[in-house]
Amino acid sequence: MTAEATPPLVGKTDGPAPAGPSVRGPRARTTDGYPRYVAGKLGGAAVSLLAVLVTSFFLFRLIPGDPVKFMTGGRQVSAEQLAAYRREFGLDLPMWEQFTDYCGKALTGDLGTSYQFRAPVIDKITESLPNTLLLTGTSFVIYTALGIFLGTRAAWRNGRIGDRLNTGLALTLYSIPSFWLGLLLIIVFAVGIGPIPGLFPTGGMESGDEQGFAYVLDVAHHLVLPVVTLVAVEYGQTLLVTRSALLDEMGSDYLTTARAKGLRDDLVRRRHAVPNALLPTMTLIFINLGRTVAGVILVETVFSWPGLGGLFYQALSVPDLPLVQGLFFVFAAAVIVMNTLADLIYPLLDPRVGR
Amino acid sequence: MTTTDPDEPMTTEAPPPVAPSEAPSPQKAGPRALAWQRRRRSAARFWQRYRTHRAGVFGLAALALFALIALTAPLTVGSDVQSVTNAPGRPMESPSAEFPLGTDQFGRSLLGLLVWGARVSLLVGLLAAVLSVAIGALIGITAGHFRGWYATVMMRITDWFLVMPTLVLAIALATVMSRSLGTIILAIGVTTWPTTARLVRAQTLGVESRPYIERARALGGGHWHVMSRHVLPNVMPLVLAQTTLIISSAILAEATLAFLGLGDPTVVSWGGLLQDAREAGAVSAGKWWYLVPPGIAIAVVALAFTLCGRAVESVLNPKLGVTR
Repeated sequence: MTAEATPPLVGKTDGPAPAGPSVRGPRARTTDGYPRYVAGKLGGAAVSLLAVLVTSFFLFRLIPGDPVKFMTGGRQVSAEQLAAYRREFGLDLPMWEQFTDYCGKALTGDLGTSYQFRAPVIDKITESLPNTLLLTGTSFVIYTALGIFLGTRAAWRNGRIGDRLNTGLALTLYSIPSFWLGLLLIIVFAVGIGPIPGLFPTGGMESGDEQGFAYVLDVAHHLVLPVVTLVAVEYGQTLLVTRSALLDEMGSDYLTTARAKGLRDDLVRRRHAVPNALLPTMTLIFINLGRTVAGVILVETVFSWPGLGGLFYQALSVPDLPLVQGLFFVFAAAVIVMNTLADLIYPLLDPRVGR
Repeated sequence: MTTTDPDEPMTTEAPPPVAPSEAPSPQKAGPRALAWQRRRRSAARFWQRYRTHRAGVFGLAALALFALIALTAPLTVGSDVQSVTNAPGRPMESPSAEFPLGTDQFGRSLLGLLVWGARVSLLVGLLAAVLSVAIGALIGITAGHFRGWYATVMMRITDWFLVMPTLVLAIALATVMSRSLGTIILAIGVTTWPTTARLVRAQTLGVESRPYIERARALGGGHWHVMSRHVLPNVMPLVLAQTTLIISSAILAEATLAFLGLGDPTVVSWGGLLQDAREAGAVSAGKWWYLVPPGIAIAVVALAFTLCGRAVESVLNPKLGVTR
C-alpha cells in the first residue's frame, strides 16, 4: 500500500520546496533540512505500519477458543473436516511460522481468506473501497469546509450570541451517537412519519437497474442521508479547532497593523487571520481522521452502505477473523498514511516548523 | 495542543510544606493542617470561579440528576425490570399512561429499562475513564520525570496509540475477548489514554523545571517523593478535567460497542437498547418512540460531562477560552 504511495510523494514534495523564494533566511534552512525531515517521517510511518501489522496478527490470536469452531458456526463437523479447515487456513502450523507466513503474504498484498465469503480478503476490500471513498470523500470535503467556515465566523464574533449558538450546536451534535442520528434520519426521511413521506432510500447505494446519468443521480440520492449524518457528527470538531486556532491569532500585532492600514474587517479576516489559523487546524483535522473512520463504520452499518465499514460490521458479527484483521490493518494504515501526509505537507506551508 | 502554563495560580497548591525549619505555629497548626487549610481555600476559590460558567453548572446539575436516577433505580423501578419472562405488557406497545415510553419487543417497560440502563452506562463510562486517565497519568508522569530511553520508548508508544483509530482498536479488543462489562471497560480504557499521557507529560516537564523541585532533590527527595508529592498534586487538576472529558467519550464508546453487538448481552445499557430496537425492526416500522429516549439520554449525559470538563479546563487555564 504505502510502498506504492510513498515514492511519487517524495518526488512531489521535493519539487516545490526549493522553489519557495520570498523569505531567504528561515526558508532556506527549512529546505536544507527537509529531505532529512521527510526521511524521518517516512521511517516513523513505516515503523508504525509494521507495528500495526504485528498487532493485528497477535491481537487476533488472543482469542480464546478455536477459530475453526467459529467458522463452522457450531455445526456438527467431523474431526477430519476440522483438520482440513485448519490446513486450508494454515492454522495447524506453529505460531511463529504462521506469523512469518502472514507478514510475507501481507507484503505482497495477500491478507488471507475470509471465513464467511470464501474469498480473498484483499478482493473484498478492493471491492468495497471505492464506495467508502465516495462516502468519506464527499463528507470530508463538506464537513471540513462547513467547520472552517462556521468556526471562523464563531471566533470572529467571539462571545456574541451567534458564536454561542454555533459552538453550542457543534458541541451538542458532537455528543450525539452517529448511529442514533442515522437511525432517526432513516425513520423521518426514508420511512416517513406522519405527514412526511419517505423522501430518501432507507439504505444501500443503488436501486439496481439504472444506467448512465440516471445511475449517477440514483447513487447521489442514496448518498444524501449518510453524508448528512457524517457531516453532522464530524463538523463540530473542525469548528471548535478552527475557532480556538483563530482565537489564538486574534490578539496578534499583525492584525492590528492590517487594520491600521485601513483594510476592511472581512479582508483582515480572510487574507491575514484565517490563513495563519488554518495551519494548526489542518494538522488537527488530519489527526481527527481516526474519529472519522469510526463514524464511517457506524454510518455504513446503519445505512447498509456497501463499503469497508459495512463489511467490518458483517465480519464482526460472525466473527470472520481474517476479514476483521485485514480491515483493522487497512483502517489503521489509512490513518497513519494521512497523518504522515499532513506531517510532510505542513513544513512546506509553515516555514516556522520542521527545521 | 493544550500547553498548560505551569505558573497558573490554580495549579500551584503544592509544594506541601515538607519540613518547616522552625515550626511557626500561631494556633498550633502543624504543617499538615496548614496544607489542608490551603487546599480547602483553593477548592473554595475553584468553586467560585466554576460557578461563573453557566454551561458548566448546567452540566453539573444534569449529572447530579442522572446520578440520582441511577443510584435510586433499585427503589424506583426494581431489578426485575429487565426480566424477559414476566414482562408486564404486550410486545412493542406505543407509549401510554401505563407505559410512558412504550414497551420493547418482550413487553418490558422502556422507561424502566432506560432508568436501569443509566446504571450500566454511567458505571462503564466512569470506570473506563478512570482506567484510561490512570494509565495516561502514570505514563505521562514517569515519562516526564525519567528522561532518556524510557521516556523515548514511552512517547513512541503513546504516539503510535494516538494515531490509531481508537474505536477500531477497541472493537478489535472487544471482539477477541469474552462479552462482558469488564471487557468493554478494558477495551475503552486501554485505547483512550494517549491524549492524557501527552498532556500530563507536558505539565510534568513544566513542573520539574521549577526551582523548588531542585530544592526537594537537594534535600534528598527521591524519585518517588518528587513524583508523588510535587508533580502529582500539580497535574491533578489537569487529570481531573481530562477525566471528565474522557467519561463523555467513554459513554459514547460504550453505546457504540453495545450497538455493534459487542456489549454484554445479559445487561441493559442505552447502546444495547438501541441495538435491540434496530434488531426488532423498530426502524423500518417507523417506531420512533423506541429509538428516541436512549439516544437522548446518551447525548445529554455525554454533553453534560463535556460541558463540565470544559468549564473545569477554562477555570484552570483562563487563557484557553475554549479547548482544542
